[in-house]
Amino acid sequence: MAKLTLTLNNELRSVEVKPNEILLDVLRDKLGVKSPKCGCDRGDCGACAVLLDGRSVRSCLIFAIEVEGQSVITLEGISRPKLTKLQETFIGMNSFQCGYCTPGMIISATELLEKNPHPSREEIQEALSGNLCRCTGYTPIFNAILAATKRGRK
Amino acid sequence: MSRYKFVGKDEIRIDGREKVSGAAIYADDIDFGPNLLYAEIVSSTQAHANIKKIDTKAAEKVEGVYMVFTGKDFPYKFGLYMKDRFIFAQDKVRFVGEQVAAVIGRTPQAAKKGAQLVKIEYEPLPAVTDQMVALGKNSVLLHPELGEYPHVPWFFPKAGTNIAHWRKTRKGDLEKGFQEADLVFEDEYHVPRYAHCAIETHVAIGKYDLSGRLTVWSSSQSPHTQRHLFAEALSPMGLTHKNIRVIAPHVGGGFGGKAGVTMEIIPAALATKLPGYAVKLRWTREQEFVNTYQRLGVVAKLKVGVKKDGTITALDHKIYWDAGAYVEYGANVVNAVGLSAIGPYRIPNVSIDSVCVYTNLPPGGAYRGFGYSEMLFGLESHMTRIAHKLGMDEVQFRLKNAIREGDSTAYGAEMNPSGLKECIEKVAKEIEWGRKHKSKDPRKAIGKGFAIFWKAPAMPPNASSSAFLKFNEDGSINLIISGMDIGQGYQTVMAQIAAEILSVPPSKIRVETPDTDRNPYEWQTVASHITWGSGNAVKRAALDAREQILSLVERVFCISKDQLYLEDEAVKCTTRKNFFLPLKDFVVNGIMTGDGTYKGGPINARGMFLPEFSSANSDPETSQGGHPNVHYTVGAGALILEIDRETGKMHVLKAVEAIDAGQAINPDLIRGQITGGLLQGLATVLYEDMRYDKNGKLLNPNFTDYKIPTAMDVPDEIVPIIVEVPQPDGPFGARGIGEHTMLPAAPMIANAVEDALGIRVKDMPITAEKVAMTLLNKTAARRKKTK
Repeated sequence: MAKLTLTLNNELRSVEVKPNEILLDVLRDKLGVKSPKCGCDRGDCGACAVLLDGRSVRSCLIFAIEVEGQSVITLEGISRPKLTKLQETFIGMNSFQCGYCTPGMIISATELLEKNPHPSREEIQEALSGNLCRCTGYTPIFNAILAATKRGRK
Repeated sequence: MSRYKFVGKDEIRIDGREKVSGAAIYADDIDFGPNLLYAEIVSSTQAHANIKKIDTKAAEKVEGVYMVFTGKDFPYKFGLYMKDRFIFAQDKVRFVGEQVAAVIGRTPQAAKKGAQLVKIEYEPLPAVTDQMVALGKNSVLLHPELGEYPHVPWFFPKAGTNIAHWRKTRKGDLEKGFQEADLVFEDEYHVPRYAHCAIETHVAIGKYDLSGRLTVWSSSQSPHTQRHLFAEALSPMGLTHKNIRVIAPHVGGGFGGKAGVTMEIIPAALATKLPGYAVKLRWTREQEFVNTYQRLGVVAKLKVGVKKDGTITALDHKIYWDAGAYVEYGANVVNAVGLSAIGPYRIPNVSIDSVCVYTNLPPGGAYRGFGYSEMLFGLESHMTRIAHKLGMDEVQFRLKNAIREGDSTAYGAEMNPSGLKECIEKVAKEIEWGRKHKSKDPRKAIGKGFAIFWKAPAMPPNASSSAFLKFNEDGSINLIISGMDIGQGYQTVMAQIAAEILSVPPSKIRVETPDTDRNPYEWQTVASHITWGSGNAVKRAALDAREQILSLVERVFCISKDQLYLEDEAVKCTTRKNFFLPLKDFVVNGIMTGDGTYKGGPINARGMFLPEFSSANSDPETSQGGHPNVHYTVGAGALILEIDRETGKMHVLKAVEAIDAGQAINPDLIRGQITGGLLQGLATVLYEDMRYDKNGKLLNPNFTDYKIPTAMDVPDEIVPIIVEVPQPDGPFGARGIGEHTMLPAAPMIANAVEDALGIRVKDMPITAEKVAMTLLNKTAARRKKTK
């Protein structure tokens, strides 16, 4: 066991971890953050995406110990103190179905908009290509992101 | 345009804030504290073998391993329509991946380590992985005891064979029908197996507390059916419905895969041997591919007779289903299609044989579309080809033969009202049928494909739904129902139905995920029946509440109920314009009268729906006589496909789909179903298929090798069209549409490929590779000829 210290959703947190523990498991089971989901456990589906120092990563492919001293933002962090414009647009346009991929989608879309506040549909497709969704057919998600950027974010 | 205030409106989903904020709780998200145990399953490595010996000693010695269980601990059968499965394999395994033993660990790692040390000695038996081989006289038998298995009365297993069920439908005089035809056209179509690929894998947690009560939390489409099947299977342990509770939180996608019972029986059974603990089982993605239901594989032999004027005179449809090692659910897929394999056509002379065949592959079961996608690939490919052979436009051919209200179905019941003609015409117009397109890129060809579809809910005649509804002090409502919002928007649609009757907006209606101890009965969230069935129950519950409200006001204010109505969350009166009694003022605390006493009290209502006209009784040789299907939902689709002649790579430029929803309760959610379902359908034809080796081992059990569409793989444009010819017995005229959205995808692509390149592919999937190879072979054959 080693002590891991990280900034999780803007709070300094410490937790004992084994060197082979996966970030996704530590977030969910030891730090009580449940929005990153396990869908494939091998980096294919993107449901476990989190922002690591602002970059989206798949938390199922990272050892927890690797994020020592870094900042991890999950959907819980994005949702506080209130939902972002992007999230409100997802809600207002029914741009989700079962909701299981939604945390990862919001993470990827948030990262995209940080870098590129007015993406084209093609740029959105590219940015979300690592997040699998089996319900929506993706188009409603593109539409929400396009709409959110039109009205100006945050 | 809608006559209604909430029905027919693009309401915002009531589960949005939960799902988009990360607040929504799925089965895997529930905390059980430090007493949680983890199960790891030891799976069969053999497709067919006798189990000679299981050695668990080494596993039991692993630090952190609590116990190890095998089949002998649970010699109990289970199954929805036919009891042909055991909780764990007993003396025999019948597919690679079947559960043989479970190792219980205090940590997942300990359980996993233990599972690797369980030694199973097998005596291999010949395995059969092809349904046509399994039908042969000399085939090995999977279930020599088939004749003894309990099953529903509408199944006809053939003991001593691998035929688990044979649905025969006969109408008119087939031979006469073919004699009357000017053209008789025969061919064969093949469809492989497919996986649902919900992003959430199956998760279930069982807890058997020290008082003897079993609670199962599961990612499920069927909480009540699960409770019932658990009670049936575990009754030898003294468990009854009263002592079993199923709690179903949010589900991360279903598509039929989480219907009935698959792996959930394992933690339910294991828990009974681990009193006081909770035990969790979460399928890995690989287990999700291998040991849940899969979509059945199909070999379809089609023979259709037509007159020169395009009138269809006869259809002979033989469908052989690769149903896998256990068919407790899958045999009903075979049954459903066996009744409906005429497609949405008026055909006087019909013979259908839908044959459910055991194979040593994973169990087949419900998958969005319930067999109709597989059947329609062949049928709608065939119909296009026949039209071309007749020199007729295929859309005109379909319009000419499209089934109409009052026509007789293959089993003799009358067709319900439907907007099929309108769907065909609207799709043809939107896709500019008849107009040829040319790609600017000379390497690319463009083709158009068309297909029509129908599907009925496949459900037992007594499949029922029910609803409770209670008011809160502020006039808000809790609607307590047991269908599952698997993404389709069920909770919102039910809220809209209650809202319409009670004049309370959906945003003030809470619909929670179900708990079988607290929520009233619902059969299952399958078959696209839930808007119709559960919607009827909710409507009746709302009407019951309204009746209670108006009766109370009548009693207190001496105004006849006939003059009272609900509007803007209040009771109003047609004769007294000033009468305005807000619901929040009395729906819990009653109405104060002149002497300070109160009348009324909390408004608690209930509703129930069972289709009392439905019957599965019919002649087993012809299927005539019953009313097995409550109604059909119909529609049409078309697309424009661009194909690279060199690589075969295909891209959908535009797709149009029209569907007759009866009455759209929430049009935006229907458009959402069309957009998502169409892509899932396109994926089955363009990218996906399950590849097995000759020993029955799945070769592509992950998203790297089994490609589901990404954000890059969507059509450039999708045009959803909603047609509304009301279903007389539906809530506000509504009928279900969820599964149907997938149905036209595969034949549309096959037909578009032929239109673009002149090649006909009869085996799904139609991948870029297959298109390129078929083109190459065609060119090679032509060169040979000219030489």
